[in-house]
Amino acid sequence: MTTTPLLKVENLRIALDGDGVTYDAVENVSFEIGRGEAFGLVGESGCGKSITALSVMGLLRRPLSLAGGKIVLDGQEIQNVSAAEMRRLRGKRIAMIFQEPMTALNPLSPVGRQIAEMFVLHQGANWTEAMDRAEDALRQVRVPSPERRIKDYPHQLSGGMRQRVMIAIALACGPDLLVADEPTTALDVTVQAEIIDLMAELCAAKGTAVLMISHDLGLVANMCKRVAVMYAGRIVESQVADAIFAAPTHPYTQGLIDSLPRLGERAKRGRQKLREISGVVPSIANYPPGCRFNPRCPAVTDLCRSVVPEATPLPAEGLVRCHHHG
Amino acid sequence: MAEGLLSLDDLAVHFKVGNALGGGIKTLKAVDGVTLDVKPGECLGLVGESGCGKSTLALAIMGLLPPTRGTIGIDGQQISGSTPPDRMKMARTVQMVFQDPYASLNPRQTVRRTLADPLRLHGVTDKAEVEARVIDMMAKVGLRPEQADRYPHEFSGGQRQRIGIARALILKPKLVLCDEPVSALDVSIRAQIINLLLELKDEMGLAYIMISHDLGVVEHVSDRVAVMYLGRIVEQGGWQEIFENPRHPYTRALIAAIPDPFHRAAIGANAKARGEIASALNPPPGCHFNPRCPLKADVCTAEYPAFGEVSPGHRAACHFRDRVG
Repeated sequence: MTTTPLLKVENLRIALDGDGVTYDAVENVSFEIGRGEAFGLVGESGCGKSITALSVMGLLRRPLSLAGGKIVLDGQEIQNVSAAEMRRLRGKRIAMIFQEPMTALNPLSPVGRQIAEMFVLHQGANWTEAMDRAEDALRQVRVPSPERRIKDYPHQLSGGMRQRVMIAIALACGPDLLVADEPTTALDVTVQAEIIDLMAELCAAKGTAVLMISHDLGLVANMCKRVAVMYAGRIVESQVADAIFAAPTHPYTQGLIDSLPRLGERAKRGRQKLREISGVVPSIANYPPGCRFNPRCPAVTDLCRSVVPEATPLPAEGLVRCHHHG
Repeated sequence: MAEGLLSLDDLAVHFKVGNALGGGIKTLKAVDGVTLDVKPGECLGLVGESGCGKSTLALAIMGLLPPTRGTIGIDGQQISGSTPPDRMKMARTVQMVFQDPYASLNPRQTVRRTLADPLRLHGVTDKAEVEARVIDMMAKVGLRPEQADRYPHEFSGGQRQRIGIARALILKPKLVLCDEPVSALDVSIRAQIINLLLELKDEMGLAYIMISHDLGVVEHVSDRVAVMYLGRIVEQGGWQEIFENPRHPYTRALIAAIPDPFHRAAIGANAKARGEIASALNPPPGCHFNPRCPLKADVCTAEYPAFGEVSPGHRAACHFRDRVG
């Protein structure tokens, strides 16, 4: 890519302070997101994907802290900007949607007011004008009868409607980047499909880039052009979304894709035993030396147990962090 | 009476909610007229979204909620609103594996105690025999004998679910209700538990009711599938029929909603449902699915469709069951 990317995360390190011990919760994480591009970060719970998102938002709080690396938004380094400056960026240039809309919304404030607040804070609108625009924003996320709904409190809305309100708030000021952390995990599957379609459509229309965080590789691959897979605080593989399904290179990615029963497989090939990934996800206090996947890897060698593999480019596009490739 | 292990006949479980002072008492029809049977050794997949009544149905089958209407026939025992179940006999027939292995194990009991208590309650008093059966059960679910004296917090999520499965199977039940058994687990652990459940089913000749919203899992494990929406079964049939020739628009919407890149174009985007599941307190008139349905016509708001046959063993409650697809 010749143009400067919208977001560039370089060698990000996030430290977790335990009692007198410091752990690396995220290590050497680097990725780029182009303008208007949807990028996915996939991994299991505890792999560091959510705190990576929080660090981009400048929302890391103790015991977590940024221990190194750069976060560059549109040419400007934002990892060390003042709290006041970060507040100006948040909501205006970068916005976030959280997993559970009930806990992310203010329960004591009508949803219209929570949307209108964005226009007042970031664009200097007065409240009357802002409330009108909030109604429009609700209409855009296809909440039925928005003129009545703006007066509703979050508890009066269903889960899907609340997440629509969250999207309306996040996209209110037309941010350059939307960070979506498991935006549909708390929703039913048919509602999830609707919300994802809505997010993709609105972001495409407004030219908003998306950093999508999820444990669901299928969901991310459907929405994003490029995907990075995280395991135990490191990115182990990043590729074009379609390629990662067709030809995953890292044993962890391969294992993930093979281990899930896929619709239509049984009809084609009969019921096969699912391929298991042995062992469990290591806890942060017990990350193994070398490649962190080595205790679970079918192709483990002595090298894997001692040396951390470097990120090596793949023949086409993408990177993989495995001694057996590149 | 057929040779079925479990047969539900027009089962309904209603709850009274609200109070007489504010708003009045309403009836919540959590399960409303479910007819279903499960044969020995068979796995029935039960699919539906939150609020559709799957968990209430499971609790009724367990004998933990009395039916408001209809009967539950289970291994020769008939349960209805007026004839409560014999709890001890039920426990030897039907058991349950819960969704959250962190919340469903007693944190103050060792694995040994969790597995031995049911045996003692059911009359296995010989110490050596209890011990042998506990260790044998642990081995079956992939736990080592020396782990018997540990507490739940010393285990990972996947191992805890193994303990939950061992507890369900220790009395050698005939039917096991698995309520979302893998959805609380890490993605890379799920295959282990699914494989284990299938192995144990063959080994012990168990019948399962697999409750899940993950259609990939349901297709993988089920012999037959029932789809539930707002308290009723809307479609039921062999697994292949349901997944390859779904006749209820809700089933089609569920399949269309799966974000699977390999399956992307199998069912068109127009099969997707609009909006959200209605409240069971106030279900829409006619077919409950009509406000979300892409095929909605006048007849759909006027009358609830019959649960008609599409082909032998395959039924769908849709006015347009012969036209869908």
